[in-house]
Amino acid sequence: MAEGGQLVDHRDGRDVVLRLRGVRTQFGDNVIHNKLDFDLFRGEIVGLVGGSGTGKSVLLRTIIGLNRVTAGTIEILGVDTSKLHGRAERELQARTGVQFQDGALFSSLTVSENIIVPIREHAGLDEQTMRDIAALKIALVGLPPDTGDKKPSELSGGMRKRASLARALALDAELLFLDEPTAGLDPIGAAHYDELVKGLSRSLGLSVLMVTHDLDSLNAVCDRIAVLLDKRVVVGTMEELLVYDHPWVREYFHGPRGRAARKEQK
Amino acid sequence: MSDVEPTIRYTMRAGKPVVEIGGNWTVLSLRGIRQKAAKALAAAGTGGAARAVDASGVNRLDTAGALEILLLAGGGADTEVTPRDKSHADLFEVVQKNMCDAMPERHVNWLAHWLDEVGHNTVELYHQAVNLCAFFGEILVVFLEACVQPKRFRINAVVRQMYEVWIRALVIVGVLCFLIGVVIAYQGVQQLRQFGAETFAVEAVGISMFRELGVLLTAIIVAGRSGSAFTAQIGTMQVNQEVDAMRTIGLNPVEWLVMPRIVALVISMPLLAFWGDMTGLLGGAVACTFYLDFTFVQFFERLRDTVGAWHFYTGMIKSPVFGLIIAVIGCFEGLQVKGSAESVGQLTTRSVVESIFCVIVLDAVFSIIFLLADV
Repeated sequence: MAEGGQLVDHRDGRDVVLRLRGVRTQFGDNVIHNKLDFDLFRGEIVGLVGGSGTGKSVLLRTIIGLNRVTAGTIEILGVDTSKLHGRAERELQARTGVQFQDGALFSSLTVSENIIVPIREHAGLDEQTMRDIAALKIALVGLPPDTGDKKPSELSGGMRKRASLARALALDAELLFLDEPTAGLDPIGAAHYDELVKGLSRSLGLSVLMVTHDLDSLNAVCDRIAVLLDKRVVVGTMEELLVYDHPWVREYFHGPRGRAARKEQK
Repeated sequence: MSDVEPTIRYTMRAGKPVVEIGGNWTVLSLRGIRQKAAKALAAAGTGGAARAVDASGVNRLDTAGALEILLLAGGGADTEVTPRDKSHADLFEVVQKNMCDAMPERHVNWLAHWLDEVGHNTVELYHQAVNLCAFFGEILVVFLEACVQPKRFRINAVVRQMYEVWIRALVIVGVLCFLIGVVIAYQGVQQLRQFGAETFAVEAVGISMFRELGVLLTAIIVAGRSGSAFTAQIGTMQVNQEVDAMRTIGLNPVEWLVMPRIVALVISMPLLAFWGDMTGLLGGAVACTFYLDFTFVQFFERLRDTVGAWHFYTGMIKSPVFGLIIAVIGCFEGLQVKGSAESVGQLTTRSVVESIFCVIVLDAVFSIIFLLADV
């Protein structure tokens, strides 16, 4: 059994933007996570990995409030999410952003309108201001300006992911959740995307939790890596995990793909 | 979260116009900011040409705030900003680098828009008609091939489809036709009583059910429940690339998906229409026992004596044609699905509307034919 938690303390005096304590998720008799502890610190990018069926997406959905926890607490930006209702919940939602795996852009709206939706809902600015902000976000995620007037169905997969990131950033979220952001992108597109996330995180001070299987992404952008093992997460830097003694971790990071990805980085 | 309203003040500093700002500049605190800026500018009277911003008093800042601040000072590359600290400076730099004009909203003349729509729709209608003809041709080819090699009719698939479109539709068709039979008999008795001819309600029920209502009602129900199902099933397979997969394996989707559905519906429609006729008559007979004090025997004897067999045949001749058109349109629209799940919904709607439209147009055509044939 793997012990959960951090391999060494990485906090270094930073704020905790996401704190999971003793989290248990369960569907019927099927326990997905048990006694799961995890901290995300301000300004860092953490990659969440794990074998198929270990509940990466479930964990992400639990954190953003789409699943209920059976036991334990989740604190986002210092607020216990289980005690939130109504207005306070909406305020917290305005401070977090989520990018779903396939973008989940509203298909009946243009990209600009997609970005404007959360702004209109939470901030209620005048039309021209919102359009200007949308144009800025589109440029921030590296899409050409005319993308704003297009429908999601007219975009390629990579562009949809970027547009979805722009929507997640619409309200300048402090905490960003990305679900397999580089899955299905070609290596060049994926590398650009990694750069983008890293750049945005540095310049906007974002904290990012991303579910990913892309070993290159893990190497290139993630400050730390959270591994789902035996219903818990083990968190460490790449160096720490390389020497961590667990069969799955060893196979994952020392397998041919893991080695190749590390070699490239050096 | 401390709420500090953003403040704007235009002043002159060392002979140069400067905008002094303070407070929170985040997307959630920017409501009405542009009006406020205009007011501050009017109050100051000068400073409209300010290219410098003193943002050292800013409390919280995000990209939307940075964007607005830069726009206050014209937003050009010559804008000078004095930020509070390093993190704000970084933010201004990122925003300035990515600033661009929002695409202007396109305003289209309503006439031009209308003409554009009409043009697009006309072209689409033309393509649709051409494609539908091509599809008919493809079906015909597959049908002829199957006639040579009967096992290509996929009897298993046909039976399964018949279960769906015939057996499972029996209850709904039966109930609706029964009710319509009751309604017609009741209305017939009410209206004809004024001439003392209320017993003609039997003919009213018999002829209208046999000629039109039985088959038309059935066709509309079938278009709604089976035509739409065909489109949705094939459309979903199209979205999942199942249809493409079939083609790569060398299976012809027309043979595997379309043909069984068409055969099933062409066989099922007359069966359903017959069932509809019978339940409709039953409804009429029940109504007549109430309103006319007829017995069932009286009702059916009068029906036998006055309503000729050709009334029944006309309905039965129409029904397989209606079945064919509903199945063809349902499958055709299903194969037109492209890309997203959204288009499955659109095309399902279109398939139902088109098939009901075609059924009614064909019904009118049949009326003329039967009129000319004098039956």
